[in-house]
Amino acid sequence: MSLEQPRRDTRLDRYVETYAERTHGLRVSAVRALFSVANRPEVVSLAGGMPNISDLPLDIIGSKIGELIATRGTQAMQYGSGQGEEVIREQICEVMSLEGINGHPDDVTITTGSQQALDLVTRTFIDPGDVVLAEAPSYVGALGTFQAYQAQVVHVAMDDDGMLPEALTAAIRTVRSQGRRLKFLYTIPNFNNPSGVLTSLERRHEIALICREENVLIVEDNPYGLLSLDADPIPAIRSFDAENVVYLGSFSKTFAPGFRVGWALAPHAVREKLVMAQESATLCPPVFSQFVISTYLSNWDWKAQITVFKDMYRARRDALLDGLTAHMPAGTTWTHPKGGFFVWVTLPEGLDSQALLPRAVTNRVAYVPGTAFYADGLGSRNMRLSYCFPTPERILEGTRRLGEVLDAELEIHTMFGIDSTPHPHDFASGPGPDVS
Amino acid sequence: MSSDLVVVLAGGLSHEREVSLRSGRRAAQALRDVGHEVVELDVSSSLLGRLEELGKPVVVPMLHGGAGEDGALRQALELAEVPFVGSGSKSARVAFDKAIATPRVASAGWATPAQVALPDDMFRELGAPALVAALAKHLGFPMMVKPARSGSALGCAKVERIEDLPSAMVQAYAYGGVAVVERFVTGIEVAVPVIDTGSGPMALPAVEIRPDSGVYDYTARYTAGATRFLAPAELSDDVAERCAQLAIGAHQALGLRDLSRTDLIVDADGTPVFLEANVAPGMTETSTMPLSMEAAGMDLGHVLSSLIALARLRGAEA
Repeated sequence: MSLEQPRRDTRLDRYVETYAERTHGLRVSAVRALFSVANRPEVVSLAGGMPNISDLPLDIIGSKIGELIATRGTQAMQYGSGQGEEVIREQICEVMSLEGINGHPDDVTITTGSQQALDLVTRTFIDPGDVVLAEAPSYVGALGTFQAYQAQVVHVAMDDDGMLPEALTAAIRTVRSQGRRLKFLYTIPNFNNPSGVLTSLERRHEIALICREENVLIVEDNPYGLLSLDADPIPAIRSFDAENVVYLGSFSKTFAPGFRVGWALAPHAVREKLVMAQESATLCPPVFSQFVISTYLSNWDWKAQITVFKDMYRARRDALLDGLTAHMPAGTTWTHPKGGFFVWVTLPEGLDSQALLPRAVTNRVAYVPGTAFYADGLGSRNMRLSYCFPTPERILEGTRRLGEVLDAELEIHTMFGIDSTPHPHDFASGPGPDVS
Repeated sequence: MSSDLVVVLAGGLSHEREVSLRSGRRAAQALRDVGHEVVELDVSSSLLGRLEELGKPVVVPMLHGGAGEDGALRQALELAEVPFVGSGSKSARVAFDKAIATPRVASAGWATPAQVALPDDMFRELGAPALVAALAKHLGFPMMVKPARSGSALGCAKVERIEDLPSAMVQAYAYGGVAVVERFVTGIEVAVPVIDTGSGPMALPAVEIRPDSGVYDYTARYTAGATRFLAPAELSDDVAERCAQLAIGAHQALGLRDLSRTDLIVDADGTPVFLEANVAPGMTETSTMPLSMEAAGMDLGHVLSSLIALARLRGAEA
């Protein structure tokens, strides 16, 4: 065979030398690739956070959208305001009032899901190396955004009532004593993703007070607040400190995520910057989606719809908790969420949730390893289980399969005499919610 | 050039599903570019019925890992009398299992690393500490621990110290019940594809692999830019020829058909040492086989098209 071709010396990416430094951590991972299998119907996925929207009145929504296009199509499909349409900003203030917030439509900026609100806030405040405080554990999507802007995340320990005030104070002082620039505290007080923990009212006041005294901005992310399954919602932190909180909201869990409509309610000066950042990013948030959601809020009993969602999620949560009780091996603990989508599991000592994911996928069950929710490599003993999407029957089957996986892994650990003493670093900044 | 319908099979339920989908997309496009009508299918309960509906066209399996590579799916295609490109079920079963393939290649006279294959039951029955100590004594460090039946370096670990061996074994067993432990071979990492379009197996140019991280793991394989490839490899003519002979030798010793890729290490003495042979070589944007074809002045679509013609002639024979 002729081999007269010149030698090719390649990295198979002609731009490899020109990417921005902040992209250097973006790499393919075997763990992420496994989720390709998790999406198959044969697998019970307790991994994803997709809301179940099959209970929505699709026929009515469809007819209202048709009517919207027929009557206001040229407006709904046109460019719009960078801040978002006024009518929906007014309606959002009504939605927020359910959690005690007295906001003005002028201070609301519409975003492409609350994820974009998080992006805009981060780009507005963060220079490379700046510090963001976040609960331990915290939302993987937020950690990704912070990383993209080269922020350094410092986790603050929490327990069953939310972030520990003394840990928050200590973290603020430590960061400042190190000469690092602390920009804001990111918190999910309602049914924290991933832990499911609800921050108590008392803690909310304490957190607000500490941040006010220490002059630390709070970014309060609240996608799940209205999905409180056992009691009325607790007032948002924003409801008692309008000047020191940027509040992020979303219709993704209370209506449907496909429209990608979220918002930020921010103090005036911040709001101006967010609008300019929004205009630079997208010119304007999706106008048609805003019109659809506005139509939905005007023409449908959306509060009753949320009650329907809550009944459905309550049954799924209970199925997951029942399944865990029935099938988890001794030494496993988990949170008991009062709302939202997630249960946070702490595995018996010595087990590593990321290492056993292939075994789980082989057994047709999936979850998200706990390390995804920490910026500092902790969480190896944890996993996030979602109850939002599979039916209660599938959830029970998923816990049965998961129990088999953990039993097999424990057996093999015992067989090899793998050290099962607690990971010392797990307790350095808190192991996550205290479920003892 | 043919306009015949072909089915590219990709996806499946193995740990390598994502890689398979990427291989399948690229192969399908390459075949469309040379004039084939291509249907892309995933593995599901409706697969055999769908193939029947389509008139049993030639299947191009781009499935990696699990049933797609261990012979099971190929056996089903044989039973359903559907012609397909690549090795038959029996040889795929042998090649996919490192605990069987490596000794077979060694028996044919090729250099292979010293290897021990151990099912997890063995540790349960004989006690882990004694077996771990025996492994350390027999193979020495560093050593490689791998799942016997897995690809894309999933579950593989280089172990430098005896204290790290148990956790590496546990990691390998997460991918299957048998692990192989091999003496680590230091040298130049090389992949050599083999194709046989009807006139006997022919080795394509060796591709040299230089991962930035030093380890050609899953991330280094599938992150564009994370690995430097040299095609053909920077080897002397003599060593390159010996690599080619080894790849053809492994292809023949394992009874492979149509195409394969042998991964090997050229050790300090210039001896190519067999690591594994793949019956379903990756065809992703960062895979070595398409790179090697390009170095040989070949086109992926045309090569696959030739193999499809062979498969059609062969019909549904096992």
